[in-house]
Amino acid sequence: MTNTLTSPIIAQLPGVFEQHLSDRKQAEPASLLTQRDEAFKTFMLKGFPAYRTEEWKYTNVAPFLQEAFSFDTTTTVANTTVEELLKAAIPAGLDAYTLVCVNGKFQKELSQVPAEADVQITTVSAAIEAGAYAPHFNTEYDYKHTFEDLNTALFEEGMMIVVKKGASVDKPMHIIHLYHHSSPLFAQTRQLWVVEEGAQAQIIETLVDPASNNAVLFNNNVTEIVTEATANLQHYQLQTALHHVRIVHQTRVHQHEDSVYSHFAFIMSSAAFTRNNIDIVHVGEHIETNLYGFYLASEQQLIDNHTAVHHAKPNCNSNELYKGVLLDKAVGVFNGKIFVHQDAQKTNAFQQNNNMILSEGAMVYTKPQLEIYADDVKCSHGTTIGQVSEEALFYLKSRGIGEAAARNMLVHAFAYDVTAQITVPAIRKYIEQIADEYLDTFANN
Amino acid sequence: MMLNINDLQARVEEKAILKGINLQINPGEVHAIMGPNGSGKSSLASVLAGRESYEVTGGSVTFDGKDLLDMSPEVRAREGLFLAFQYPVEIPGVSNMQFLKAAVTEHRAHKGLPPFTPKEFLAFVKEKQQLVQFDSQLMNRSLNEGFSGGEKKRNEILQLAMLEPKLSILDETDSGLDIDALRIVSEGVNKLRSKDNAFLIITHYQRLLDYIVPDFVHVLYNGRIVRSGTRELALELEEKGYDWLKEEMHLQEPVQ
Repeated sequence: MTNTLTSPIIAQLPGVFEQHLSDRKQAEPASLLTQRDEAFKTFMLKGFPAYRTEEWKYTNVAPFLQEAFSFDTTTTVANTTVEELLKAAIPAGLDAYTLVCVNGKFQKELSQVPAEADVQITTVSAAIEAGAYAPHFNTEYDYKHTFEDLNTALFEEGMMIVVKKGASVDKPMHIIHLYHHSSPLFAQTRQLWVVEEGAQAQIIETLVDPASNNAVLFNNNVTEIVTEATANLQHYQLQTALHHVRIVHQTRVHQHEDSVYSHFAFIMSSAAFTRNNIDIVHVGEHIETNLYGFYLASEQQLIDNHTAVHHAKPNCNSNELYKGVLLDKAVGVFNGKIFVHQDAQKTNAFQQNNNMILSEGAMVYTKPQLEIYADDVKCSHGTTIGQVSEEALFYLKSRGIGEAAARNMLVHAFAYDVTAQITVPAIRKYIEQIADEYLDTFANN
Repeated sequence: MMLNINDLQARVEEKAILKGINLQINPGEVHAIMGPNGSGKSSLASVLAGRESYEVTGGSVTFDGKDLLDMSPEVRAREGLFLAFQYPVEIPGVSNMQFLKAAVTEHRAHKGLPPFTPKEFLAFVKEKQQLVQFDSQLMNRSLNEGFSGGEKKRNEILQLAMLEPKLSILDETDSGLDIDALRIVSEGVNKLRSKDNAFLIITHYQRLLDYIVPDFVHVLYNGRIVRSGTRELALELEEKGYDWLKEEMHLQEPVQ
């Protein structure tokens, strides 16, 4: 069954792309322009993902693409406004470097960056000019997502971070993606992070699109990450955006031998639509991958997490735990794939998705998937959908704890396995506080 | 009078469980309710604590002059009613300490008192912990998770000590306890007895009443209190079992 997406954007795109390409003819190397062209052709052939195709079975993106979007991310915004917005986005007590991007473009003068000997941060255009970009950009691997192709074709700006060989960054780097626009904006943003051999870093991301923008933001972001041998990267995504924000975030990670990559996705936003794709590829042995997620969804929100871990080499571990709480008429989607390739003997791969449904109208579609082609591996996957235990609720209430507080306590307890993994105390506190506020809003509605 | 239960009737789904209970408890008194399995002992405890699966179909309960049945479970607790569960619930991810702090804070707020400072709270916990001989190692563990039967029951008594209720209902607190645990739990309760509070002890066996000596003993059978007396009644039941009671009662019940 096919189901063609109709949106004014389809007719608009060829013109947008042509203009985009001609604007870049001088600045970008031919190889990049060719990749853009190929990606665009692929995208046009496939189109926006059709509802009910396997990858988008429960997620209809069409309603989120109906506005007359602008693709122009150039903007000027007063520094004082930026500073105010930044303050609000930084979790209390977080001691971190602050890297600011406005409409996707890195703003050095607004940022506090770590020592250049440890970390090099540039705009994507500067990285392209310096030739540092190509080796890790748009790396070939069997499958690219549709939105990823669109991003490759159309991305305007972004940020490249290189954590230098052997460097251990003393504080987390907090990237604040700030958006400023007055009409509906379709922003294709791109990031490339390379954590070189033996380096260690923590990166935190927050997206800020203030209500004062008064127009929809559709953010199609691609973050490509490379962890070189023995590198260790912790990546926290704090998704707390407002209702008018729509998100498709692609994280693609290539891990080399003995490296550790830990991803924490906290989706506690009001954003109408969130789709997170995480694709991990193991290109060496003795790799560790940790994927932790916690999502809270209410009203009519749609939150979709798709993850895929490709165990391509022997002796690697992956560990995935996603937990979700669904309220009102929210819909949650989880799809976790683990591929254990034929060579990947002695793989340990674990995956779990647990959901708690607190309202009659809420729904969750969850599908853990395991494909194993090797014969000496340990793998498990599982999923649960449940409710708050009435017995536990009564126990707490019988000690004088009120209904709402008792419910909050049980939701926190449910999330505990995930929040306990956070290694930055200020982030953990922040997450717990946001979860409280979120649940209080629900209780008071 | 602290608690006045008047012709209380309740059901679960369609089944009548309590068929007209009358019971009065004054401050300083310890009452025991005994009876065979399925007689409605634990149901009475549940109805008094406000468990939602029970529907009250008749009668009234006043607690310190207020309509108890009109209160939510949390308000009953804050007003000074405490139920020690027969099967304390395990809640992974909520620490025992955090749970106790939340409960104590709610009780204090209800009395118009500010929350304890962390230091005050720790001192308070320590004092009560010693009173009921509760292992301090269990304080930072998840609530009841992986606790032994005895540890769970001791945790109930610790909560009782901390919340300082007017009326404590002990629902088969002796079940699943070995003799040492039973002694420790009973000693804890005895230390907490005062002229201002009262206890309602629900038990199947006389054994617990050797340690916590009741002022009154009631026998519940088929949803009604069929006999009330002093401690001697418990001894009589221990000796003769419940069968004589059943036989006697069946003669009085209409043939169905």
